[in-house]
Amino acid sequence: MSADVEGLLRRCAPQALGAVARRHPDFAAAEDAVQEALLAAAQQWPRDGVPDNPVAWLVRVAVRRLADEHREVTARRRREEVAAARDQRPPDDVEDHDDTLTVMLLCCHPALTPAAAIPLTLRAVGGLTTREIAAAFLVPEATMAQRISRAKATLRASDVPFAMPAPTDVPRRLALVRHVLYLLFNEGYATSAGPELVRVEVTGEAIRLTRMLRAAVPEDPEVTGLLALLLLTEARRPARSGPHGELVPLADQDRSLWERALIVEGVRLATDSLRAGHPGEYTLQACIAVLHDQAPSTAATDWPQVLALYDRLHGLTGSPVVALHRAVAVAMVHGPSRGLAALDGLADRLGGGHRLHAVRAHLLQLDGRPRDAVGAYRLAAAAATNLREREYLMLQAARLA
Amino acid sequence: MRYMIMMDYGGVESACESMDRWTPEELEAHFAFQMALQAELVERGEFVDGQGLASPDQAKFVVSDGVNPPVVTDGPYPEGKELLAGYWLVDVDSLDRALEIAGQASAAPAQGGLPIKQRMEVREVMSAPPSE
Repeated sequence: MSADVEGLLRRCAPQALGAVARRHPDFAAAEDAVQEALLAAAQQWPRDGVPDNPVAWLVRVAVRRLADEHREVTARRRREEVAAARDQRPPDDVEDHDDTLTVMLLCCHPALTPAAAIPLTLRAVGGLTTREIAAAFLVPEATMAQRISRAKATLRASDVPFAMPAPTDVPRRLALVRHVLYLLFNEGYATSAGPELVRVEVTGEAIRLTRMLRAAVPEDPEVTGLLALLLLTEARRPARSGPHGELVPLADQDRSLWERALIVEGVRLATDSLRAGHPGEYTLQACIAVLHDQAPSTAATDWPQVLALYDRLHGLTGSPVVALHRAVAVAMVHGPSRGLAALDGLADRLGGGHRLHAVRAHLLQLDGRPRDAVGAYRLAAAAATNLREREYLMLQAARLA
Repeated sequence: MRYMIMMDYGGVESACESMDRWTPEELEAHFAFQMALQAELVERGEFVDGQGLASPDQAKFVVSDGVNPPVVTDGPYPEGKELLAGYWLVDVDSLDRALEIAGQASAAPAQGGLPIKQRMEVREVMSAPPSE
């Protein structure tokens, strides 16, 4: 399939689903029908040409598919109707940003865990096939199909209508959508160092969906902040791994490899979001990313400003992971021993893992205590669960030993 | 035919010391070799899956009688060297080819650039029952 048709199908997917789901009481069945319409289009459009109104075509095929299922007509007849659908006039209610938003709010439903909401969102909003989603997450297609169908069964059981939540409920639901998109991006970012087996770029998909969300709610500063954060993080990706896929930490990255266009856009969005006042957690993180992305080197970074932002972020979230990052900023502003002191008491709050050891090792190294740093790097390597990270930590220990 | 090529934390038949004692250059050469081998298996259309497992210190053993809550034992274990460190699952034309891959992996560069001579376990993966 050509990239044009593929991109077009993905853009049309949530609009088509919105239109079908408003006519059909069962969201799960509507989603299946739209998915089949997308597959049919992927086969037919490259061969027969793209219809004048692609969304309308998808809606008609999906609606017929639902009706067919109801009547149990033969597969042969279905194919004929698919072909006939190309010539139909479009319904007039299909182009709507609100549908994209409604589908997103539904997929990121409080009854679903993020692990269930992510693939459902990728299919229903992103227009990806189950096979593509499975490939992106390195699980068998049958496993991913089952995960999606269980997610839809959960939605069905929770008996939610396909409609915008009550206005008072929207902010809370939007927060869930942002969280799901943020997790999706991180999933792609954490696994992006491996050999290139994945067809769909998970981080790129997270950014695309966040752009769609922003188009639907341009007035929400935290959605703008999230988009800024993802762009500013993605901008550094080319410098984040070396020629053999090894991890390169921020301080050692070749900053000339950072993608300027993404940084420029991210800075503009972060500034817009900040201007709205009362910055939330994504806006604050985006502002920290702005300071890193605009600095010519680690030494030339505006660390007092980074620390001030981490203070606000920690006040807002109380997250131990934020406290860990804050300790690095404390070290850069007030010296490594103050940074090490800021780590006190974090072990219990973090509940294990390698990150605390890794940060402590780094600060011990800055503090001129290489022997202690080696021990901490080894502890971090032993606890690491990402291969590239473990290799980096082992190398750091070897360099100081 | 599918084979699983496995290595544990013991079975090193060269004189090389634990990785804690390697120089950064020796470690880098070793990591680069592993990446290149995996890329080659992908390139040849033989790679199915390959994973390194988190450290054996983090391993847990679970036994259950199906009625009472499972008994979970935490590490570290004296028999840690016998635990699986990682594996490749390859789809190849013959046992000979699987053995060749295992031989390549076994000779990964270690201290002084000498082969590590890691003992690799090669096991055929049982196929599904024949279809009608």
